[in-house]
Amino acid sequence: MKDLHHHGHQELPSDMALRVKALESLLVEKGLVDPAALDAIVDTYEHKVGPRNGARVVAKAWSDPGYKARLLKDGTAAIAELGYTGRQGEHMVVLENTPRVHNLVVCTLCSCYPISVLGLPPVWYKSAPYRSRAVIDPRGVLREFGLELPQGVEVRVWDSTSEIRYLVLPERPPGTDSLSEEQLAELVTRDAMIGAAKVAPPAKGVRP
Amino acid sequence: MNGVHDMGGMHGFGPIEPERDEPVFHARWEGRALALQLAAGAWRKWNIDASRHSRELIPGPEYLRMTYYEKWIAGLIELLVQTGLVTRTEVEKGRPAPGTTKAVPPLTTAQVPDLLLSRGVQYTRDVQATPRYKAGDRVRARNIHPTGHTRLPRYARGHAGVIRHDHGVFVFPDTNAHFLGEQPQHLYSVRFEARELWGETAPAQDAVHLDLWDSYLDPA
Repeated sequence: MKDLHHHGHQELPSDMALRVKALESLLVEKGLVDPAALDAIVDTYEHKVGPRNGARVVAKAWSDPGYKARLLKDGTAAIAELGYTGRQGEHMVVLENTPRVHNLVVCTLCSCYPISVLGLPPVWYKSAPYRSRAVIDPRGVLREFGLELPQGVEVRVWDSTSEIRYLVLPERPPGTDSLSEEQLAELVTRDAMIGAAKVAPPAKGVRP
Repeated sequence: MNGVHDMGGMHGFGPIEPERDEPVFHARWEGRALALQLAAGAWRKWNIDASRHSRELIPGPEYLRMTYYEKWIAGLIELLVQTGLVTRTEVEKGRPAPGTTKAVPPLTTAQVPDLLLSRGVQYTRDVQATPRYKAGDRVRARNIHPTGHTRLPRYARGHAGVIRHDHGVFVFPDTNAHFLGEQPQHLYSVRFEARELWGETAPAQDAVHLDLWDSYLDPA
């Protein structure tokens, strides 16, 4: 911990940039990491994995009852049907929101997140306010996100304490009967797949 | 360990502040920090539980002050030094000790898609382990306070819940984090009523579900 005590105080981003650069050059010079592999990792998370993956899963579940049944029974296998597999999505469970049950996902101990379907987590998901409050005051948290749930709705919070990763299947909004799967996917937001929001109906003017 | 990382149920951290159109990384170094952790992890000198624990070991006041990727870098440096991949002097000087032989990185560009997008890392184990519980059983989370790594949060300890699903046999983080073996055992989804955890003012129908290993549970 010596290193932390000496360098952990009042780090500014520019200091961190220098420090990470120094660490990278040390590891590259020692042959411990390949800089091209580092580029590939960054590129993957910037361009290849993100909430559009999860949105396609949700849109397919809304459009195809057989797929939805498979998704709720074995999330990992059904999500893999669409090609979404890999790190932090190895063991997937899908939670269905209904008019009676609202699911909300958190990781109170660190910041576990279903990266294969949602990409890297947003800062608020990793923050102390969310991690501390989601389990004790989920309704208050949802209110801050603009979602006031009726008393009669059961709120189920899922604390990601293991390697199981949770994806919320939001309710399909009204007025979307004529939309294609692609159009449905456009409506699905990251926050809705965490359970922090509902999917809003399409804005007026959207035509199938 | 009863560290500040175990945040469930704490008060006083303020409002949640979502950011509009948030970038994947807020600075270039954040992406490099993530990539370094994953690429160095390919040496298999540690595991995911050990890397989580390396961040839990950051002293509380610093843990709360640091950003997410600052914690990753702090934890990574400790892991690199503890496992002998680098020395603390090398970290301080930013260059290899004189006479160091150059190694061959285990993670190549060609392997990145497999790690991130295909195979990932499997945490289930195909071993015989008798489940101590089945869906519907009432259990109580043990009132334990280990000084090492655990995935049993404080807010659930001592409380009663119901097994709703057996996920199968998974690596046990409490031993794996300390390189004391994987001790694969059944992992369950356990439902705790909000009132059991937070008292009579919590809504009667609400609940918190946790994934808990056999070793965390007693019959209730």
